[in-house]
Amino acid sequence: MSALLEIDDLRIEATSYPPGEKPRDVTIVDGVSLRLERGRVMGLIGESGAGKSTIGLSAMAYGRGGVRITGGAVRLNGTDILSGGARGLRRLRGKAVTYVAQSAAAAFNPARRLMEQVIETTLAQGIPRSEAEARAVTLFARLGLPDPDTIGSRYPHQVSGGQLQRVMTAMALCPGPELVIFDEPTTALDVTTQIEVLAAIKEAIRDTGVAALYITHDLAVVAQVADDIMVLRHGKMVECGATAQIIGAPREDYTRALVSVRQVTHPEKSAAADPLLRIEAVTARYRGLALDVLKDITLDLAPGRTLAVVGESGSGKSTLARVITGLLPPAAGSVRFDGRDLSPALSGRSKNDLRELQMIYQMADTAMNPRQTVATIIGRPLEFYFGLRGAERDRRVAELLDEIELGKGFSDRYPAELSGGQKQRVCIARALAARPRLIICDEVTSALDPLVADGILRLLQRLQQEEGVAYLFITHDIATVRAIADEIAVMHRGRVVRQGPKAQVLSPPFDDYTELLLASVPEMREGWLEEVIATRKAATPEGTRA
Amino acid sequence: MQNGFLLKLVVQRIALGCLLLLAASGLIFVGTQMLPGDVAQSILGQSATPQALANLRAELGLDQPPLTRYLDWLGNALQGDLGHALSNGQDIASSIAGRLGNTLFLAGTAAAIAVPLALALGLLAVRFQGRWPDRLISGVTLATISVPEFLLGYLAMFALAVQFRVFPSVSSIHDGMSLGQQFQAIALPVLVMVLVVLGHMMRMTRAAILNVMQSAYIETAELKGLRRFTIIARHALPNAVAPIVNVIMLNLAYLVVGVVVVEVVFVYPGMGQYLVDHVAKRDVPVVQACGLIFAAVYIGLNMIADLVAILANPRLRHPR
Amino acid sequence: MSRIPLSALIGLVITAAFFGAALLAPWIAPYGMAEVAGGVWDPSSPEHWLGTDSIGRDLLSRMIWGGRITIFVALAATLVAFATGVFLGFLAAVSGGWVDQALSRLVDLLMSIPALIMALVILSVMPVTLPVLIAVMGLIEATRVFRLSRAVAADIEVMDYVEAARLRGEGMVWVIFREILPNALSPLVAEAGLRFIFMVLFISTLSFLGLGVQPPLADWGGIVRENKDGIVYGVPAALFPAVAVAALAISVNLVADWILTRTSSLKGGRG
Repeated sequence: MSALLEIDDLRIEATSYPPGEKPRDVTIVDGVSLRLERGRVMGLIGESGAGKSTIGLSAMAYGRGGVRITGGAVRLNGTDILSGGARGLRRLRGKAVTYVAQSAAAAFNPARRLMEQVIETTLAQGIPRSEAEARAVTLFARLGLPDPDTIGSRYPHQVSGGQLQRVMTAMALCPGPELVIFDEPTTALDVTTQIEVLAAIKEAIRDTGVAALYITHDLAVVAQVADDIMVLRHGKMVECGATAQIIGAPREDYTRALVSVRQVTHPEKSAAADPLLRIEAVTARYRGLALDVLKDITLDLAPGRTLAVVGESGSGKSTLARVITGLLPPAAGSVRFDGRDLSPALSGRSKNDLRELQMIYQMADTAMNPRQTVATIIGRPLEFYFGLRGAERDRRVAELLDEIELGKGFSDRYPAELSGGQKQRVCIARALAARPRLIICDEVTSALDPLVADGILRLLQRLQQEEGVAYLFITHDIATVRAIADEIAVMHRGRVVRQGPKAQVLSPPFDDYTELLLASVPEMREGWLEEVIATRKAATPEGTRA
Repeated sequence: MQNGFLLKLVVQRIALGCLLLLAASGLIFVGTQMLPGDVAQSILGQSATPQALANLRAELGLDQPPLTRYLDWLGNALQGDLGHALSNGQDIASSIAGRLGNTLFLAGTAAAIAVPLALALGLLAVRFQGRWPDRLISGVTLATISVPEFLLGYLAMFALAVQFRVFPSVSSIHDGMSLGQQFQAIALPVLVMVLVVLGHMMRMTRAAILNVMQSAYIETAELKGLRRFTIIARHALPNAVAPIVNVIMLNLAYLVVGVVVVEVVFVYPGMGQYLVDHVAKRDVPVVQACGLIFAAVYIGLNMIADLVAILANPRLRHPR
Repeated sequence: MSRIPLSALIGLVITAAFFGAALLAPWIAPYGMAEVAGGVWDPSSPEHWLGTDSIGRDLLSRMIWGGRITIFVALAATLVAFATGVFLGFLAAVSGGWVDQALSRLVDLLMSIPALIMALVILSVMPVTLPVLIAVMGLIEATRVFRLSRAVAADIEVMDYVEAARLRGEGMVWVIFREILPNALSPLVAEAGLRFIFMVLFISTLSFLGLGVQPPLADWGGIVRENKDGIVYGVPAALFPAVAVAALAISVNLVADWILTRTSSLKGGRG
């Protein structure tokens, strides 16, 4: 008997329109084959641009944004779906194969109630409304949604992001499909929310016995839900095998690199000297808002050390950076730098204050003026702070480009001509050009693929050793914190809930929030998710799940 | 509670519209006070006798402070008294009444044809996006936004009234005409006004629908295997209502301006013709009154567009 | 600069021809502006390519002279609109706070009255001279330029690279001229093209209504007005200047369209 889904030698192309050049065809997926049996879950993993979403959507014979399937075959239950015609596709899509998108908030129609959207395809199959609604309510309950009887009468904007992702899963399961495509369903969620959605999805898959393709860039996440994993890179298959084999005994170098990501290690150094940066009892709020975004924050950072400020979105960690740089004068408290008080507002700071305190941003794309060349971007601080001009300035730019491992050939390129990692390196060089004593790094690796991010972290560490610069490292990613920090401050709802040397902060006994946060970070082993859910159920009384 | 929230927004928007109209009336009043030198002098000319000048000043209320004059003018206008024309002494309100009706008849007929046509053609352009109907429509749009209304008017007149004698070249209408005769009379100006707004309206409708069709929830609907018609009717249209109404209102507002030129071309007895005549005669009270009415229509249309956008927004209709 | 699409090339050639004719009017116009050279509404002939007008002046010559005035007034009014609109728009975006509020609300108010109606109201009391026309049209259209440049600058203003420049300690001048302006240039250039078209249509409409350029001077709109009575007798003299307005507007539009797509896809273009 044939497998549920068979993809043979799939080839997918798109037309790319590079600026200023002739349009050309690019291959997005190149000769990928896979076989998925009924009731099994296969994980598709790879960096952005690996073609994993494109492969997933090909199981619905759908190409997003002008993408074309130009070769190979896709068979569902032995029937070729690529030659099915419009009527065949209507029977397939939304009935036999369904889809869960990354951003449920955008994927739901804002003008219609959730229930209408959840049961839309079920009704189209001729099932009576009462039965379809009963089915949806059962799924809502199974996915752990609050008020399963009434949540369907709400509109998408009336429920939270994590809940919406679960409703979307219910929508995919409601028509009783044979295959569900999960396309990064938890990527947009906070780490503590992700784990609950992940657990709900896993339970629902097990209970309904549906087969699934689970697409993600996070190997630790996919290891929790998938029976088999296929690793993709640049549209080609790297390797495919059982989950245990892929994470336990990878055969290919690339897979090994993925499994061992964040093997950057940083022996913790003690903070011996006087603090370089001292934040004292800082409270801050935005104009027009009554709410304090930062509440009574006190932190120290020694010269040449790294303080990691970790927290989820909305914890106030980026606001802290704005207070330190002077963009948001605090409502109370002070910022001391190298023993002197920094003026609360940017306009009151001396050129030297500004020079010694530099910043690197999350999105290197928007942090560089697209109309300036790399030489201008790096050269401006040299000119502005040190008055370097002409050949002298060019020589120093070339030196800095060497330091960030790019070479002077890059100096007359524009940001649009650089890759994501190269852009971030240029931003680092711009910060270094000022010869700062402290660099604030705001989520500098979150927008990058894991291997590229690793390279950036290594570079930052090397520069710290050579230049003795201190880092205030803002991130939501515990793995990054482990890799780079000397000291850690955990932030939650505007407060520092825990701080101290890395070893101490990451060892028990924990406060409640830090424990939740640490326990929510997926670990790269099978069975981790079940353990966490079991401990959580044991710890919390019935019915208090968020 | 839900309705209370919405009601508050609606009342706020209407109040804002009224405030804007009040400010606009002030602006129009100030705009007509900028004449360098003396109004009475420039109306009567250099040879006027001092007695005549003094009489006119008193009649115009020029001996009063500007604020008093503005408040008097506004107060009277609110009661339907728009004053008397300087040039012929006629009561402005009664002169305008009939002309306003004529203008609304003309603009209304044009709108009744242009709106459904533009929506249909806009949908057609979306349906055949990138293919020849779409390109044709965008080409025509580019042409019509670059062509002055008077060119379209005279071209239509030259071709259809002079060469082929299908329609009259001058669109005079009066009470004695039957409805059929009236439509026959305004056929050419209506044609021109439809052409003037059609391009804009099609292009903006197309953009509004395309914007909605590119949303992630339309992809969700496609991946549900729904029929194209179901996708458009159930998922695209409810979200496209507000932008489309906005398109329509913006273009109706555009008609308000286009009507001025078209009326002059076809010598049509409407508000636009009346306004232009009296600007040339420097008849300030008439200009003020007409300006106020045009501004009120324009502000009102924009307000309706905003109200529909508020009422169509599910986030406002069903707050958390 | 590699390839110019055909439509843009046509637009460029026609635009250049119009501007060239305007500049060279004294040398290429066969007759003088006010010179009576034939009968009333003579049809076209080797001496008068486009025939003569309502009092026997050579229509082609009048159109060349009239084009000079139309283009000059439109260009000057566009400059006024841009100088005021861009300056105030950038100022509002960069300073924010009450400056932004005051300017934005004032512009909302000015835009609540249709441009043509506003112009008619003001021209009913002002002496209709070229400087007054240019100033009135320029200031009315400046509100549209203000909206655009404020929006464009506000979009750029929130970019991290502008924040980075601020954190470096750069002054207002560097931020506006080195960070914001280069990135705002392409939408502004395209907008300048569109504004110029609106100005051509605007002045032509005003003159057609008899409230723009006053005799003895005449622009294209004025020439239409002088000859409009001929239409009912089957004399197409009024159509030529009207077609000229449309041709100029369309060709500038084609060029503006091309500039917008070209500059926004340049390397280092925005998005």
